[in-house]
Amino acid sequence: MRPFLPIAAVLAVLAAVPFVVHSNTTLNFLVVALMIALAGQGWNILGGYGGQYSFGHAAFFGTGTYVTAILQVRYGVNAWFGFVGGIVAGAALGGALGALVFRSGLRGSYFALVTLAFAEVLRIIASVAPITGAGVGTLIKLDLGIRTFQFQSRAAFYWIILALVGVSLVLAQLIERSRFGAWLIAVRENEDAAKALGVDASTVKTVAMVISAAITAAAGCFYAQYFLFVDSGIAYGTWISIEALLTPIIGGVGTVFGPLLGALVVKTLGEAAKLLTGDAPGLDLIIYGTVLVLVIWIMPRGLIGGLASARKLMRREAPAAPTGEVRHG
Amino acid sequence: MLSPAILIPAIINGLLIGAIYALIALGLTLIYGVLHIINFAHGALLSAALFAAFFAFRLLGLDPYVSVFLLAPAFFTLGYVLQRFIIGPASHGDDRNMLLVTLGLAVIIENALLYAFRADTRTIDVPYAFQTINLGFTFLAVPRVVGFCAVFAVAFALWVIMTFTDTGRAIRAVAKEKLGAQLAGIDVAHVYAVTFGLGTACVAIAACLLIPTYYVNPRVGDAFVLVAFTIVVLGGMGSVPGALVGALLIGVAESLSGLFLGESLGQIGIFLIFIVVLLVRPSGLFGARA
Repeated sequence: MRPFLPIAAVLAVLAAVPFVVHSNTTLNFLVVALMIALAGQGWNILGGYGGQYSFGHAAFFGTGTYVTAILQVRYGVNAWFGFVGGIVAGAALGGALGALVFRSGLRGSYFALVTLAFAEVLRIIASVAPITGAGVGTLIKLDLGIRTFQFQSRAAFYWIILALVGVSLVLAQLIERSRFGAWLIAVRENEDAAKALGVDASTVKTVAMVISAAITAAAGCFYAQYFLFVDSGIAYGTWISIEALLTPIIGGVGTVFGPLLGALVVKTLGEAAKLLTGDAPGLDLIIYGTVLVLVIWIMPRGLIGGLASARKLMRREAPAAPTGEVRHG
Repeated sequence: MLSPAILIPAIINGLLIGAIYALIALGLTLIYGVLHIINFAHGALLSAALFAAFFAFRLLGLDPYVSVFLLAPAFFTLGYVLQRFIIGPASHGDDRNMLLVTLGLAVIIENALLYAFRADTRTIDVPYAFQTINLGFTFLAVPRVVGFCAVFAVAFALWVIMTFTDTGRAIRAVAKEKLGAQLAGIDVAHVYAVTFGLGTACVAIAACLLIPTYYVNPRVGDAFVLVAFTIVVLGGMGSVPGALVGALLIGVAESLSGLFLGESLGQIGIFLIFIVVLLVRPSGLFGARA
């Protein structure tokens, strides 16, 4: 149970927030940050642990959003089943795409490119197909209630997204400690060597992509319920592909808490920029881009990696410390 | 529908627009061939170059065909500086980091343009924008013919640089065997930056050829670059003849599918070609190996 204690502690602290903070603006901010953390955790499973950098996680986010919304609006499905449907659809898409891409041996630049193009194809299709509401988008009718998954209070949404983030943290921790996780990390470090040792690399990567897609799709499903509106630019836009990869990279790529930490930092920076200069178009993204470049430059292992190296360095400077290797200065 | 009177002009127009694609794709493939990464900032740099050409015309009164001689060196320098002092040092020699840094730069450049100039679409008026050449059976737009010829001139110039100059030899050496080149005394960081500069200069030239008949807004580069990605993948990553042939093929395919299917579906057609080529033959038509 010990490895799960930090997760429990973090969740307990975050769960207490609505008892202290009553401002709807702040809660709204935290809900969005947690949603991005969830999308980022999805990216982190495939990108962080598996080393496959996707530039098109919008494909999964958007599929979750659209399926949740369309099932309710067009087929009258209960919102909770719609939510599950969105996650399943996202996972299925991840499986299909993963099987195609990894069987043909695409890696690195090619993988980034094909995921980006795939999200873009889906965006164009969604912007013209009648079932998605084409250019107008799809609106979920406002109808508050537990049955319809719509709540007046921001706190209710907050606890739901927090629970989802909690599940994703536990999943990441389980993967990290499992045999599957070891295979995945082996593929990231050296795919050819992993294959030589008998790891079925393309299956491992495909499974990682299914889990990754399901988590990011869950964030998309939540988006649909929270904002009750979706169009092609929101669902499949590049903004979510970028935020999904930005959060784990800034927080600490391939770490359990990286996406959560990254999302809180990134969203705080975005808000601070808006407060300082007014809501100018593009400004938050300029900051995200700059932070992305700077973090890779200065702290390639993200904030968590940076903190760990700093701690190691401090311990080394203390006279009584045992000699350990310090490789990241 | 299939009468030659409609098909032939469509094909010729496809070839003319394909030439501009070729120039953009040439920049991408050059960078990929040497640095082995895809430059995701290519589209944002194209948007920036279009803005530069636009303001050179509006503020300085420079015709795009004149300002190209200023913008090409300026963007070469910009590309050199970006690679030498930002992308190179920031990515610590890791390919995945390099991809992310170019993506980060793309986001910064694109949104800086959006922040500075808003999402408005701008155009310039040049006297020759609507001039045509009468071939008897069809009319050719003058700016497109100029573009077509210019692209082949640039491709020829690149070939000369690559084949006959020391810099070109150094670039080819680094592309083939980075470590060996380094051991032979070639400054790899410098060669990387020169290559990135050349790729960026291609984009600036393409912008000057496009602006007389096209518009500019902060996201205009994206559409071209997704087409350029397709071309590069189709032709084979890193292959210069592949980029040229791929571009002309895609230009014609786009022109014909626009004729038969309409605009937005034509775009999907290009992406489908892209994904199918990536999945079936990632090395492309001319590429040796993925």
